[in-house]
Amino acid sequence: MVVGVATTGGTSIAPVAQRRSRTGYFLLLPGMAWLGIFFAIPFVTLFMTSLQAPVEGSPGQYVPALQISNYASAIAEYWPQFLRSFLYAGIATLLALLIAYPLAYFIALKSGRWRSLMLVLVIAPSFASFLLRTYAWKTILADESPITTFLNALHLLPDGRILNTSIAVIAGLTYNFLPFMVLPLYAALERLDPRLIEASNDLYANPITTFRKVTWPLSLPGVVAGTLLTFIPAAGDYINAELLGSTQDRMIGNVIQTNFIEFRDYPIASALSFMLMATILVLVFTYIRRAGTEDLV
Amino acid sequence: MSTITNARNIEDLRLENLVKTFGDFVAVDDVTLTIPAGSFFALLGASGCGKTTTLRMIAGLEDPTSGTIKVGNADITRLRAFQRPVNTVFQSYALFPHLDIFENVAFGLRRRGIKDVTPAVEAMLELVELAPMARRKPAQLSGGQQQRVAVARALINQPDVLLLDEPLGALDLKLRRQMQIELKRIQTEVGTTFVHVTHDQEEAMTMADTVAVMNAGRIEQMGHPADVYELPKTAFVANFLGQANLFGGSISGRDGEDLVVATHGISMRLPSSRNSASESELLVGVRPEKITILDAIDVGKIPTGNNVVTGTVTDVSYTGVSTQYLVEAPWGQVLNVFEQNVIVGDRSEVGDPVVVHWAPEHTFGLGS
Repeated sequence: MVVGVATTGGTSIAPVAQRRSRTGYFLLLPGMAWLGIFFAIPFVTLFMTSLQAPVEGSPGQYVPALQISNYASAIAEYWPQFLRSFLYAGIATLLALLIAYPLAYFIALKSGRWRSLMLVLVIAPSFASFLLRTYAWKTILADESPITTFLNALHLLPDGRILNTSIAVIAGLTYNFLPFMVLPLYAALERLDPRLIEASNDLYANPITTFRKVTWPLSLPGVVAGTLLTFIPAAGDYINAELLGSTQDRMIGNVIQTNFIEFRDYPIASALSFMLMATILVLVFTYIRRAGTEDLV
Repeated sequence: MSTITNARNIEDLRLENLVKTFGDFVAVDDVTLTIPAGSFFALLGASGCGKTTTLRMIAGLEDPTSGTIKVGNADITRLRAFQRPVNTVFQSYALFPHLDIFENVAFGLRRRGIKDVTPAVEAMLELVELAPMARRKPAQLSGGQQQRVAVARALINQPDVLLLDEPLGALDLKLRRQMQIELKRIQTEVGTTFVHVTHDQEEAMTMADTVAVMNAGRIEQMGHPADVYELPKTAFVANFLGQANLFGGSISGRDGEDLVVATHGISMRLPSSRNSASESELLVGVRPEKITILDAIDVGKIPTGNNVVTGTVTDVSYTGVSTQYLVEAPWGQVLNVFEQNVIVGDRSEVGDPVVVHWAPEHTFGLGS
């Protein structure tokens, strides 16, 4: 058909095709403008700030420079918080996956007419502010709260408390980012053809093998999306560590915040932000490569 | 090929008083039947007649409300799907999209812990003529190829019974014909019992050596396709399996081996052996292709003893192989008549007065 047009129509067909492809670029414009103004430019500014040098004698004043040593000193001073951020975010992501998978599976495959209601319930907590919800957890996990009292009665808490421990921070992170795990998992499992599970049963796979060989691999796109959507914001979060943790539980987000607002050490704060972003990017790409789902995500 | 051919004994599949209800709805209503080992058995019926439910109960994907399913003497009613010596070719194939063709076919063998699956899988892919496609993903195959993968994936497990749930429904007509022949060839080659569920009567008759016509959860009639077609026992079977002209009447007398039936002011004859009605009120039936159509003036050419109806042509459809006429009888009933296009250019036209006739031995009687 293309050949037919080319031989009879010659050049007259070309402008039409060009105009059509230009429409696509027009549609991209608002998004590109947004990305340019609110991401690309601040990104460059942030990078430049991270290389600034302090002005002798006037604290909080910085001049443009190429002080790469900012990065070295940032790492040297704050590497424990860096590691802790990824550890907490990693544990929270894993816990969220363990909680969300059965829930998403149930909603997608077994909930019947309750499906919409259950999905609304998953999102419902988001109607309250993030900050407010985390404050609520402060109460839930407080020293005299029923949960703490109950767990203490069973001698399950090493420190005798939950609030101001790493357990509280991880619990808060898990809770706050759980919907971001549930929804992609639900979307992936909802697309799963139940006949594939029947076919697997028919081909001598018991329920456990069917899960391992059919359900799990087919839900991997949801698992990858969910873990990323949970891990990335959790790694950069500072509210949970601020409200639920002690000074021993500070994450990289808290460090950046303190450096920016309290110490006014903008270059160090920028360098930390930049490294956080770079590390997450590397982790994400390695992860997607390892999961072997480049073509699925 | 030796890896495929069954050396062991295949046994009969027996359904005994099988019932399945969903709430108040009786999907399968007391079905008892024996499917002989190695036969190609077709369960034929309209959608909602219970044929797929029956199949799913045999596969173990649906629990019967009551009744038993046996392979030979072994009761498999309570076995889970993955424990049964039965495999299924699903309606939409249900191939695993994340596995390639080789792994799809190897799936059942691997689950049973067979170590070296390669020779068997390769032989199987050879049988369904898909060896070059082994490393492709299902989505990269055409409908017909996916269909053959589905057959290969089930058949490689050497099941006692292979279940096929409308396996050709998604294919276009030409490919469907081709796959019918293909499936029949594979069945002959491996000798496994095939139970084939379909709503396509032509497909059932082409492939199966026994068809069972299902209606409202019950088996209406069962037998060799030709026997069921030539001598239907109920009006449902007569109309579902092909087309039929049915005339309501009552037995008015006997003439030797023949029954004489009074219907719409004329009399028709049929051999008493071809009457399955127990009452004297009955339906007299004849298949459209058994009827000969003549111009009204040629009434003298009709052999004596034949059943005769006069009428007017109301519609003519030329279909290539045959011409299909609708002929309106004096009492308003419209008859279906098929005429082979042996002679070119000798067709009746709409409005022509005609006379149609057929032999008593092509006539059958049904309970009304």
